[in-house]
Parts: sequence; structure tokens; C-alpha cells
Amino acid sequence: MAELKQSGLAEFINETTPWHGLTEGLQIYEPATSRQFHTGEWRTNTPVWDTSKCKQCLLCVPYCPDSSIPVVGGKRQDFDLDHCKGCGICEKACPFTAISMKEGK
Amino acid sequence: MLKTRMSGNEAVAHAIRQINPDVMPAFPITPSTEIPQFVASMIANGEIDTEFIPVESEHSSMSAAIGASAAGARTLTATSSCGLAFMWEVLYVAASSRLPIVMAVVNRGLTGPLNINAEHSDSMGARDSGWIQIYAENNQEAYDNFLQAYRIAEHPDVKLPVMICQDGFITSHAVENITLWDDMKMKKFVGEYEPQHYLLREDEVMAVGPYAASGYCMEAKKAQAEAMKRAKQVILDVAKEFEAITGQSYGFFEGYRMDDAEYAIVAIGSVCGTAKDAVDAMRERGLRAGLLKIRVFRPFPAQEIADALKNCRAVAVMDRAEGYNAVGGPLGAEVMAALYRAKAKAEAVNIMYGLSGRDVRVEDVEKLFDELVRLGDGEQVYSETCPYIGLRE
Repeated sequence: MAELKQSGLAEFINETTPWHGLTEGLQIYEPATSRQFHTGEWRTNTPVWDTSKCKQCLLCVPYCPDSSIPVVGGKRQDFDLDHCKGCGICEKACPFTAISMKEGK
Repeated sequence: MLKTRMSGNEAVAHAIRQINPDVMPAFPITPSTEIPQFVASMIANGEIDTEFIPVESEHSSMSAAIGASAAGARTLTATSSCGLAFMWEVLYVAASSRLPIVMAVVNRGLTGPLNINAEHSDSMGARDSGWIQIYAENNQEAYDNFLQAYRIAEHPDVKLPVMICQDGFITSHAVENITLWDDMKMKKFVGEYEPQHYLLREDEVMAVGPYAASGYCMEAKKAQAEAMKRAKQVILDVAKEFEAITGQSYGFFEGYRMDDAEYAIVAIGSVCGTAKDAVDAMRERGLRAGLLKIRVFRPFPAQEIADALKNCRAVAVMDRAEGYNAVGGPLGAEVMAALYRAKAKAEAVNIMYGLSGRDVRVEDVEKLFDELVRLGDGEQVYSETCPYIGLRE
């Protein structure tokens, strides 16, 4: 599991923190800390993006259950592999076979 | 100060009126139903401005209490028996999220057989849920304990929910004399609730009750366990402050004629009034009898109980909840473990009494003291590990 690295309280709390260093009830006093939790480590299959076939239709983006296909300026970027769990839904959603799943991380 | 008379449920409602908490989600169940009923009347009459949430179940009342408390509101609810059992899952969430909710528990046996009378199986079942548990002998104690509850729950060293328990019907419905304390004095004593972190705080984003992977969970539980230990000192400090205002003295337990007692009974709740009469009767007969009435069961004051019993020859620990473990009840198990750890010399027996509201008479307790004398002499008095009293044989 990834360590919590960002600023704020989470900066000081990780899996080496002793019991008396935790917040009461494990309460979290900052937003969006799930970004720091790298669920991509659970992945056993990895999507590969073939830019030569991709038409930038963006159909894969709303299908991704983990918001792991970033879009900048109306164009999708490469996968956010820190958070992609490798479910393969994007591969099925792509009408142009521009996404294929490869075995392993 | 006002000397009057009322039931235990009314007494708790009176404390709620004086505290004027922010939110009360509640679902009715005998014999605690009157408490939300009284509160609803007080709200309708404009005496308090508590937000009352009628919910569809006790699982919902505790869940709503958790939400309200996390939002930053001083929160309470009330329940009994199966209502408490229906809260089971979320009781642990309230405690592990370190939310200072106060709950009036009117003790009634868990079904079955289906019964509505006094027994401790409901709150004893929840004894390991992480809630502080404080028990009352009578209406005065239920009132006084409730007034002290938020001071304990909200203390920065504690931050744990509290159950204020009284015996169903015997205490909750019987009308007894009581002394009520001045509104302003009690409002000042309880004070305003000013949490540091809460969901409705405008300048802070916060998450309550996040998933804790195994890399965090054990440490969180240790921290929670330590808060329960720290609650001991806070309970004593709050009691001392309460005594300075009211003259009422409270601790982990009350020792009744325990100073030179050789034979003692350990019990919880309304039976202690009966046991005190039996102690007096035995003293008149020349026996050094005493009663240790447990007020605080969670945190369990093991060392203090063992110290109070250290000079006794024989001790009977009375349980109003069958453990169905083939050896006895929860109070018996914990007091005996405390005696063992303290290397106490006293003979000890666990007694089952008063299940599902079965009456206990002064003569029953006197007979128990007679048996304790024989037990202290080394006699084999009982054929069972946990004998019943008041049982048709």
C-alpha cells in the first residue's frame, strides 16, 4: 500500500505511525486524500493505449469506474496507473480497438 | 434545589431539560419510551429547543445520532432491550469514531423468552462495544449520572459515548423521592459543547469513519482502548465537581458498610437498595456484612474493586444477566478475574438473580449472607458454579 505523501495532516500519518500518533477515530482533516491511496497496486492486468488507433472520441473516459483516464484540453491522456485497477472496461468500451489489456502490472 | 418525587424516566427527562441537548433521534421501546415522550412534550411546550428526529428503528436512531454528533451537535438517544440489540452494529461505530453521544438505557432483558422486565442482558451484551457504562440504583442516581455524562463523554482525554443505565420499571417507572438541582447551576456545570473538529465546521473539510486497512486498524483500537482507561480519572474528577455543587458523592462504586466488612455482596442497579436492608439486618445480628454497588462498569475498575474486597472472607457477585457460558454471568467473571489478578484470598461465588424482573427480597439476600459465612469457613455450600436465587426448584 502506498504511503500518504501529500501536504497536511496525512503527511505525518502512514503505516509506520505509532498508535498514539493517529487522529482520534482515524478522522481525516483534509479533502481528497483518496488520491494518495494508490489502488493501482491491486492491478493484475494493465490497459495499453494505442494512439495510432485512438480517435479521441472520449467514450472510454465516462466508462472508467476509477476516473483513471485524465482529459486535458478535450483530449484524453495516458492512463493514471496509480489508480487504474485494470478492470478492462475501457477495452470493451473502445469502438476502435485502441485499448488492449496486457497481463501483469 | 427542589425536593420532589418522580420516576426514573422522568428524572432523566428532567436532566435532559436542564442540559437542552441539540439533537435526539429516538425510537420507542418499553420501558424507555417515556424518555423520548417527555422530551417531545418539552419541545412542544417550548421548554427546550432540541431537534427531535422520529426514526423508523433503533438502528436508525443510533445511525442518526452518529451523524448528528459527527456534525458537531450534542446528541442523545434512549432505548431498552431489543432496541439496544438492534443498534449493535452502529454502537461500535459511535465508539470507534470517538463520538460523545449519551444514551439513556433503561435495562430490560433481551428476548427470549419475550419479556419486558428488568434485566441487564441488554447493556451487558454491549459491554465490549467501547461505550462507557454507568449504572444507577435509583431515580436520583439516574438523574445525577445523566447530568455528569456529557462532561465525561466530551472530555478531550476521553471522547467516547456513554450509556446511563437504570433498571426497567423498578427504577424507570416507580415514583420515588428525589432532589432536583437548580437549572442554572446544572447548565453551568454541564457547559456548552465546543468540539474542535466537526463536519459542519465551515473552515475545515473532514472525513469521519474512513476505511482502515490492517496497517491502521490495530493502532486505532489501541488508541480507543487507552481513551477508555483515561476515562477513569475523568469520571472521578467530574464526580468531585458534581459533589462540590450538590453534595452527592459518586465514584466507581459505592461501598456500603464495607470498611470492616468480612462478607460482601457485589451488585449493580436497583437490587442494591434491597441488599442494603439485608446488610443492615445482618449487622444487627453481629455479622460484618457489606455491599459493593458497582456504578461504573465500563471502564471496569478492576484494581479498585479488588482493593475494596481485599479484607473479605467471602464475596457473592450477583448477576442479572445469564452468560449462557456454563459458568455464570459477566459481572461474576470480571470481578473474579479482578480478585485473581490482585491475588485476593476471599472465597467468591457468582449468583444469578432477578432475571426478567424476578423479584429479590431482603430475606433472599440475608440467606445469601448466611451462605457466605459457611463459604468463608471453607464449607462446600454450592453444588453449582453459579447458583440461582429466587428460582423454583
